[in-house]
Amino acid sequence: MMELLMSIVIGVLTACGVLMLLRARTFAVMLGLTMLSYAVNLFIFVSGGLTAGKGAVLGRSDIYSDPLPQALVLTAIVIGFAMTAFLVILAIRARADLGNDHVDGNSGKSQEDGA
Amino acid sequence: MMQHLPILPVLVPLLTAAMLLLPPFQDKLSRQRWFSGGGLVLLFCVSVLGLVQSSSGATSFYLLGNWPQPFGIVLVHDRLAAMFVLLASVLAMAAWLFSLGGEDGQGAFYHPLLHFLLMGINGAFLTGDLFNLFVFFEVLLISSYGLLMHGGGKARARAGLHYVLMNLAGSAVFLLALALLYAVLGTLNIADMALRINQLEPSQTLLVKAAAGMLLLVFGLKAAVLPLHFWLPTAYASAAPAVAAMFAVMTKIGVYCLLRVFGTLFAEPGNPLAGFGQQLLWLAGLATLLLAAIGVVAAQSMKKLVAYLVLVSVGSLISVLAIGTVPAIAAVLYYCLHSTLIAAALFLLADVIAQQRGTVADRLVSGRPLQQPVLLGSLFILAALAVVGMPPLSGFVGKIWLLQAATVSSDRIVLWSVVLVSSLLVLIALTRAGSTLFWRLNRQQAGNDSTSQPQLFAVISLLLCSPLLVIFGDAVMQFCLAAAQQLQAPLSFSTSGGVEQ
Repeated sequence: MMELLMSIVIGVLTACGVLMLLRARTFAVMLGLTMLSYAVNLFIFVSGGLTAGKGAVLGRSDIYSDPLPQALVLTAIVIGFAMTAFLVILAIRARADLGNDHVDGNSGKSQEDGA
Repeated sequence: MMQHLPILPVLVPLLTAAMLLLPPFQDKLSRQRWFSGGGLVLLFCVSVLGLVQSSSGATSFYLLGNWPQPFGIVLVHDRLAAMFVLLASVLAMAAWLFSLGGEDGQGAFYHPLLHFLLMGINGAFLTGDLFNLFVFFEVLLISSYGLLMHGGGKARARAGLHYVLMNLAGSAVFLLALALLYAVLGTLNIADMALRINQLEPSQTLLVKAAAGMLLLVFGLKAAVLPLHFWLPTAYASAAPAVAAMFAVMTKIGVYCLLRVFGTLFAEPGNPLAGFGQQLLWLAGLATLLLAAIGVVAAQSMKKLVAYLVLVSVGSLISVLAIGTVPAIAAVLYYCLHSTLIAAALFLLADVIAQQRGTVADRLVSGRPLQQPVLLGSLFILAALAVVGMPPLSGFVGKIWLLQAATVSSDRIVLWSVVLVSSLLVLIALTRAGSTLFWRLNRQQAGNDSTSQPQLFAVISLLLCSPLLVIFGDAVMQFCLAAAQQLQAPLSFSTSGGVEQ
């Protein structure tokens, strides 16, 4: 049951993330990337296997959960956070430099003109 | 000291970059320049020492924190890694030298970012751990984002946004692949993974195949193989020239990872996934080659043209890499050295020419005469000869070796025709570009903005590498062959215990 719930959550997050990623405005794309990275983080977290009641600290329990995915997901979260922060600044910069928030840097109108 | 040699190519740039951010160097460009240059010279010495050490033939493993394999993070220092580390440091010195012309002052953090980029690149070349590879990728990517935007401007903002978005999506896919591989194999050490893939149950091969497919996608994005190459031409053409020259090694990181990760993971013949992706890479490489050659002909500015030349080299490398034999991989390595150095030289040369042409810059239209037409013209001819693959420069040797790598006659027909046709297209495009830049002049006077000495010196020294690769061709080729053999031999560290699950 837990596995099914987790896979549905990860699947829905990934699907939403990809959908948003394909949008043409930087803000939507940014949200999409954030969602995608949440999905990825959850995926890494469960890669050690889903179990309940296992110890995380040595000496507190007879069986332990795999500590490596937790370390990996921590690294992935930190890196993802930094990258998102950078992307936000870059998107604001591009908005200021190019005069619109289209990912290609030109608004829909000028694209129709063939510019 | 010598036993710590493998980690130094990562530590030296890290410490240099960190020092450059501290108050004694902040906002003081001349001090930054000297310190940065000193760091690069030190890195170069370390890389040369590493190369000498690796040429003894043994693969050395550097265990970070002295954790036993396969538990801790491990650096693998062999001929292949040492060679690429040296290549990166040579490029960085040229980029540093070129930026002394004033380009490094256009933004605050050129020198620190250059060193952080080097740290990421060297780390990616040296690591033997897949998650660590991801971390070093991110280090080099975030510095490259900063460097790509160096100097600012509309074109860079636009290209930078694409580049960053593509790579962030790529990182997400990389992480998915990592997690999947860890879930199935229970390890992140590449050599240990290879052992475990051999013992895989048939029901799990599909999962590993899916993960390998995602890795292929990520490395393909880094290398800019056909469907994933759209970010490259605009990004490289709009970057500052010293940065673009440094970026010439970035696509080769994708090629290197394909060699290292796929070469190790699926190396052994009995492997259930042996030869994974080879057919796909073969086709994608050839298609990249053709399309990039068309791009070279269609390019309207010199920088775009050089960016497409980078793609041409990627196409040739990937398609020959897919052949996968030892001579093929050795040829790929030699061509990697040649194409990276020459592409970097061309990026720098394109900017030098653009500086002397005033407002038309590097666009391929008639403009005012250059101030140093003879010098720049002869440099251009040399670079063009090397890139097209005319004798006597390294392009000729490299291309011949690439062509010889195809041994099956059907492969040979396809590879020869595609490589030769694309070479012809490149030859035509470069001839046209050269005659436009140097001979189609309007009535204006030549400007008096001559190129600064360090910039010219950077271009010349990069171009000199091409004849050097021919003069010392035998030694370089022997080294490449040995590196390819070392790569294909299974890694031998004791994994008697392995991870208990």
